[in-house]
Amino acid sequence: MEPIITVDRVVKRFGRDVRALDGLSLTIPAGVIYGLLGPNGAGKTTLIRILATLLRADAGVVRIAGFDVGRDAEEVRARIGLAGQYAAVDNHLTGRENIEMVGRLYGLSRRDTRARTATVLDRIGLIDAGNRQVKTYSGGMRRRIDLAASLVGRPQVLFLDEPTAGVDPGSRRELWELIRDLVDGGTTVVLTTQYLEEADNLAQRIAVINRGRLVSEGTTEQLKDRTGPAVLELSIPDTQQAAAIDALRHVATVPASYNRQRGALVLPAIDGVATLREALRALDAAAITPTDVGLHKPTLDDVFLTLTRSDHTTGQGQHFAAVAGTGTHEGSETS
Amino acid sequence: MTIAAVTPRRFGRALTHTAVLTRRNLLANVRLPDVLLLSTIQPVTFMLMFLYVFGGAIETALPPAAHGAYINWLIPGILAQSAVFGASPTAYGLNTDRDTGVIDRFRSLPMARSAVLAGRTLADLTRSTLILLLQLGVGIALGFRWQTNVLGLATGVAVALAFGYACSWIMATLGLAVRNTEAIQAAVYMVVFPFTLVSSVFLPTTTMPGWLQAFAEHQPITVVANALRGLTLGQGALPPGQTVAGQTLLALAWTAAIIAVFAPLAVRVYRRSIS
Repeated sequence: MEPIITVDRVVKRFGRDVRALDGLSLTIPAGVIYGLLGPNGAGKTTLIRILATLLRADAGVVRIAGFDVGRDAEEVRARIGLAGQYAAVDNHLTGRENIEMVGRLYGLSRRDTRARTATVLDRIGLIDAGNRQVKTYSGGMRRRIDLAASLVGRPQVLFLDEPTAGVDPGSRRELWELIRDLVDGGTTVVLTTQYLEEADNLAQRIAVINRGRLVSEGTTEQLKDRTGPAVLELSIPDTQQAAAIDALRHVATVPASYNRQRGALVLPAIDGVATLREALRALDAAAITPTDVGLHKPTLDDVFLTLTRSDHTTGQGQHFAAVAGTGTHEGSETS
Repeated sequence: MTIAAVTPRRFGRALTHTAVLTRRNLLANVRLPDVLLLSTIQPVTFMLMFLYVFGGAIETALPPAAHGAYINWLIPGILAQSAVFGASPTAYGLNTDRDTGVIDRFRSLPMARSAVLAGRTLADLTRSTLILLLQLGVGIALGFRWQTNVLGLATGVAVALAFGYACSWIMATLGLAVRNTEAIQAAVYMVVFPFTLVSSVFLPTTTMPGWLQAFAEHQPITVVANALRGLTLGQGALPPGQTVAGQTLLALAWTAAIIAVFAPLAVRVYRRSIS
């Protein structure tokens, strides 16, 4: 498929020392939901801000629908929509007025604005509530109005920066439905998320970003395959933790790491049961007896962990394990 | 970013967007009753406070042009002060818009760059106009009588509003450049209070110590207050050596100079504003 967005070796520094983006390259095909996944501070929001013409890259080229975001910012703006981390809607205006205002600022005529606003209000299911002031809305409704406002100009590309942050689970599912509908209408959606469940549920392709670099990219299934068919989980007494990690170092391509959420050491099991057997043999040789053993299908959590860790030295493994743990979803059962 | 030439179409677009945003900002005043109430009651209360607290003590020190009534002296000064106070919401409004992500959305839209600042400053000017007219009305009800003619009065109000509009651009710069809302509040008070108090707004400057007097007599708010007094009370209300036309032109010169410096500065800060 023809890419609608190309990001080529983009660098963005803040101050002298912080490289928010460190030579990142990506291509995003048209008409998909594309997830940018990474821990806090990975560079996701910086990338979205550059794509949405709010920030200028220090180096590299970004093109959207053939236009350079730096040089042809105006052309780019006419083709994009943005819903940021907060719902940027005015409390004192009604939902309808909020959307109409953005429509007028997109350059739509009064009549087009009215018609288009009615369409998007209908789409988000707030036709009736649209005439009330936003201050009476729930958090989920505010998000929906914000989303509708970003759609009123019929953008080819929609950027959503953590679209469901701070929204209750019920509203989150509604928002997901809405976002899926958009892609059926032909809009390309680029969203950032820390919720692995969100990326797993919504995105057709995912870029895992860490420390301003692309760690891995592909469809959800491809990413899961990269971890191998299974993940091995070993519960080891605290005092033997370090010795166990050392003993397991030749079992997988990446070192085992402690996952706080699960209270166990995890490592990718490339060869499934064979890896499990090998791991137990290695622990046995070091006179370590695990208190529990499990082999399960990889979740995005595991993908994230494996990918971000294999990219860096072991010292950072623990850190990302902790960060990734915050976004864990309920479906990670141990077999 | 290439600077696009100003074509009639682009200019028309900028006007439309400015109107859309001016309306949006004004609606915030109308629809939030507490804001509306506070922003109108406060200036009137201030005026009454100064009138009745200072009034009796001061009347003897007033020039004859005030006709022995402090209210005649105070109203032109209060109008000058209110025009300056009326500019501070520009700082808060833009700061809030940046914090809530509204400015991010505006900057991602294919809209005229000038419209966000123009829409904000024009909405604040509209509100200032209403507040000044309200104060003037209450003042007249309480006995304020202009000694010149209606044209003089209208010119005086216009000069005050023009100066207040210029101050809006200082506040716009402040509101976008300073991150923290409390810091902005502190900055606004630090600038606005000394400038309005150390002036001829409330009292003639003649009783101040010499070093303070030198500042008070030449700073722009005094110039504006004097211009208003000259325009409403006549030549006799001005310190020796000043003329009504001279003070009016000087007030307009200050207005133009402040806009010339702070409008481009505010636009620069706006372009670089990254939240």
